[in-house]
Amino acid sequence: MFCHLVTRLVARCVAPALLLIVLAASEAWAQFDFVGSWAPIGSEDVQNDSVPVDYLGLALTEEGRARALSYNGSQKSTFEHQCQGWGAAYMVLGPFGLRVSTQMDPVTKNVLSYTIGAWEDWNEMIIWMDDRPRPTGHALHTQAGFTLGHWEGNALVARTTHVKAGFIRKTGVPLTDNASIDWRFYRHGDVLTVLMVATDPVYLVEPEIISKSFRLSRTPLDYRQECVPSFEGREPGEKVPHYLPGQNPFVEEFGKLYHLPLDAVLGNRETLYPEYRKKIRDTYVPPPPCTQSCGQAGNFVLQP
Amino acid sequence: MRLRLAAAAVALLLALAVPVGIRAQQRGAAAAARSARDSAPIDLTGYWVAYITENWRYRMVTPAKGEYRRIPSSSAAVPIINAWDPAADERAGNQCKSYGAGMIMSVPGRLHITWQDADTLRIDIDAGTQSRLLHFSASPAATSASASPSWQGDSKATWERATGQNAGGSLHVVTSNLRAGYLRKNGVPYSERTTVTEDFDLATLPDGGRLLLVNTVVEDPVYLNGPYVVSPHFKNESDGSKWEATPCSAIW
Repeated sequence: MFCHLVTRLVARCVAPALLLIVLAASEAWAQFDFVGSWAPIGSEDVQNDSVPVDYLGLALTEEGRARALSYNGSQKSTFEHQCQGWGAAYMVLGPFGLRVSTQMDPVTKNVLSYTIGAWEDWNEMIIWMDDRPRPTGHALHTQAGFTLGHWEGNALVARTTHVKAGFIRKTGVPLTDNASIDWRFYRHGDVLTVLMVATDPVYLVEPEIISKSFRLSRTPLDYRQECVPSFEGREPGEKVPHYLPGQNPFVEEFGKLYHLPLDAVLGNRETLYPEYRKKIRDTYVPPPPCTQSCGQAGNFVLQP
Repeated sequence: MRLRLAAAAVALLLALAVPVGIRAQQRGAAAAARSARDSAPIDLTGYWVAYITENWRYRMVTPAKGEYRRIPSSSAAVPIINAWDPAADERAGNQCKSYGAGMIMSVPGRLHITWQDADTLRIDIDAGTQSRLLHFSASPAATSASASPSWQGDSKATWERATGQNAGGSLHVVTSNLRAGYLRKNGVPYSERTTVTEDFDLATLPDGGRLLLVNTVVEDPVYLNGPYVVSPHFKNESDGSKWEATPCSAIW
């Protein structure tokens, strides 16, 4: 009788409890606390104040360069584009911090997803952690795309697909809806570093690799701001602002401002490797001394 | 019979459940007993090339004299920034000031990472022909009160292990005892009281290649108002065929 009771107790209570412990222990691998507000540190420059033709640090195809040179920033002034926002890559290119929340399965208490909150011109990104299937290629493509994530060692690893055709720089450098973005989130102390590897079979010769660091913020960040289209000088029905091939008036502006070689400004692959520095050694002439806005938060440094 | 089966089930579950934490501790203890090389959770060795997609204008060319954008330089640094004279640095034998540990990982070039011995990771850099020694155990230089500051300072390294099935981890390095140097080629200074904290992480690229990410925090109570944080990254190369050691230059 006693044996029978013990057996039933083990079968019905102890074993399931231990099984849960085993499973829970298996799920708890190597995760850091991602939830919270992360303020941008901003010591690294990617967009150089969004000068119209600045493709530094990019490896563009001829098609990508031609498309970028056709872009006119006034496109964003048209009613239909004002609230369009920027694509997923803007997470590490924009000036804002990250506000991360999580959603739990109400039954298992496992993390279903992380959400990185929206900014006024960037849509929220949901990183699904529940191994759900990725949608087919015909599924809806959005600015944020579809992102699946998992933990790998000490990093949160994620991949975004199903992005809407858009931009990888605010200067109009394009990205197709076939692009994918691989993310890695590392945390060291109070510093979160986000590594982005963007791949586009049409417009990028090599993946665009950007890393940006954020610091844990004690005060919650909140960038929500409703976008309301307003008149910015362009009437509905007017033609879309653009430049025809060879007619972009800003091609040489950035290079002249900082004495930069044109092939670097226009995003050629070879300019991303150390050999290029050696190549321009004998031709590069530094710009004249900085006279205004030279410090940490300055904008344009030199006047043309 | 039933009791035996139940006992066996409990024993099996306990064997699976309880040691999850203990095994991690045992791994840690075992790793501590082995050398840093033998217990390395990630393999950083090999050739790596800097991939300059960020701060291009500050790294690939020498920026304008006097510009220190995105660096939290203190007011004490500004006169030094404005007085930068690369020719004077050359004459004074200070041509390596922009190749010190505060900046060297951002200099366009290649790294060759090897184990100098079981507890010392060595990073050779072709730009400026510099070498860094990352000591996992206390180095003689670090324990000597008379150790003089140097461009690469004294680096203490530790592995930060990820627990779990996929394991891996990071390399954490703290460097001090530095000779005063520059954070940028155009003379933005850091002092001898600077501490450089770095975390080395690996990532796999979509094409199967490997990427090394070095998150770097420079803290200087003299010439910085706050931490200066950058995260240069490097692509793995299969061999050293593109290695080209060049001397330090203050002018270029």
